[in-house]
Amino acid sequence: MSGIVIIGAGQAAGQAAASLRQEGFEGTITILGDEDSAPYQRPPLSKQYLSGEVGVDRLLVRPEKFYVDKNIDLKTGTRVGSIAPSEKSVTTTGGDRFEYDKLLIATGSRPRILNITGSDLEGIHYLRTMGDVDGIRESMGSASRICIVGGGYIGLEVAAVARTSGLDVTVLEMEDRILQRVTTPEMSAYYHQLHAGRGVNIMTNTTVSGFQGNGSVSAVLCGDEIIEADLVIVGIGIIPNVELAETAGLKCENGIVVDDHCRSSDPDIYAAGDCTNHPNPLLNRRLRLESVPNAMEQARVASANMLGGDRVYAAIPWFWSDQYELKLQMVGFSSDGDSSVIRGDKSTNEFAVFYLNDGKVVAVDAVNSPREFMVCKQLYGKAVNAPDLANPEFELKSLLN
Amino acid sequence: MPQVKFIEFNGTEHVVDASKGESIMVAATNNLVPGIDADCGGECSCATCHVLIDADWQARLGARSEQEESMLDLNPDRTDESRLSCQIPMTDELDGITVRLPEFQY
Repeated sequence: MSGIVIIGAGQAAGQAAASLRQEGFEGTITILGDEDSAPYQRPPLSKQYLSGEVGVDRLLVRPEKFYVDKNIDLKTGTRVGSIAPSEKSVTTTGGDRFEYDKLLIATGSRPRILNITGSDLEGIHYLRTMGDVDGIRESMGSASRICIVGGGYIGLEVAAVARTSGLDVTVLEMEDRILQRVTTPEMSAYYHQLHAGRGVNIMTNTTVSGFQGNGSVSAVLCGDEIIEADLVIVGIGIIPNVELAETAGLKCENGIVVDDHCRSSDPDIYAAGDCTNHPNPLLNRRLRLESVPNAMEQARVASANMLGGDRVYAAIPWFWSDQYELKLQMVGFSSDGDSSVIRGDKSTNEFAVFYLNDGKVVAVDAVNSPREFMVCKQLYGKAVNAPDLANPEFELKSLLN
Repeated sequence: MPQVKFIEFNGTEHVVDASKGESIMVAATNNLVPGIDADCGGECSCATCHVLIDADWQARLGARSEQEESMLDLNPDRTDESRLSCQIPMTDELDGITVRLPEFQY
């Protein structure tokens, strides 16, 4: 038996290796990752790791010793160059070949890169890896004006950390509102006001045309407008890493296409995490998710099935974002709703917006409201009386059971 | 090294070593104790590391924070013994603590 090979060493890979051992698999497990670190958590990168609150040791999903103790062959700094499904092997760019009985592709995603005038100047950063954030933190020490390109969650989390550290912060968003791709106009307006109130300069309908600087960036150009900045963070979305799978002939379409068992178009190759296009039976459609809980759950599902199990992936997507002292917890997609109801008062920074479709709960955006988040996880798809949700005296607990 | 005894819902016991300062959740995941998902990695954001700790041991733990209390409040398996294991750092005083796992994480 050649065992199981995992391409990628992110959170899905780390969880899969752990799940395989937990399920009693005693064969070889090889993790091939191109970063230099054991699997680590990415969510804190733009939050507590950037602010310095959390160090490397707390970032690791499990200590390095774990992989040794559990006989998991973790090869970091190792990039896979190709997969040969007909031979059931993968070959690294260094020429090493690994055979597999089952292969898990957990290659994740990479930041979308800006390719415009001056985009190779120093001081322009992307944020995906621990190394990226180490670079940003080093620059932040001497920077005074930071410009963030892209008003998505990553950009806004960085804005919150940078503003809290006393930097001048400008956020540039090409759409007419921040968070346009991921939330409602109402929530966009709330977060816009929040950041503006803390002194962040947000410019919407603004497209970056280039960067200026002598070796190192000194300004961001938006048509005729010049925004001075000695540090730039670009957060304009991600691209799933599907090239290895695609070249190997696996079906890919906005991600590696997998079935509800996390199996690709090759029965011996599975995929998990950001790189997958997967069906969700609870949402009744296919989707690609940029989400840690999804990566972890798909890793568990794929592991069970690689060992001959019959486990179906069926999880409600959920997300979170920390900005300043506010914790936003989300369940489902607000765009699935045909109406919404607010519980609590926005002016207190403690409220939840529930989204209903045909009277059934399909999503929540909960700001500093963990109860509402937890109730939505359990109420998903169930019919409720909207005025009850809006009534602060109404006990949410009575909706459960 | 302080030890933690985990008891799965089906009765299976796991006695594991924990490092001082690391949470009970981390002690579980580092030792492949099943039944703790810990999806958010210990940020008190997901409530998938729910455990049950009896009153005697509870008395030696710090009180639940407001966030922990709120995350647990609507858990269907909530009892007086409920805690989120990511919020409990291990100390020498907690050596030998018994931690029971619920049937499901929500």
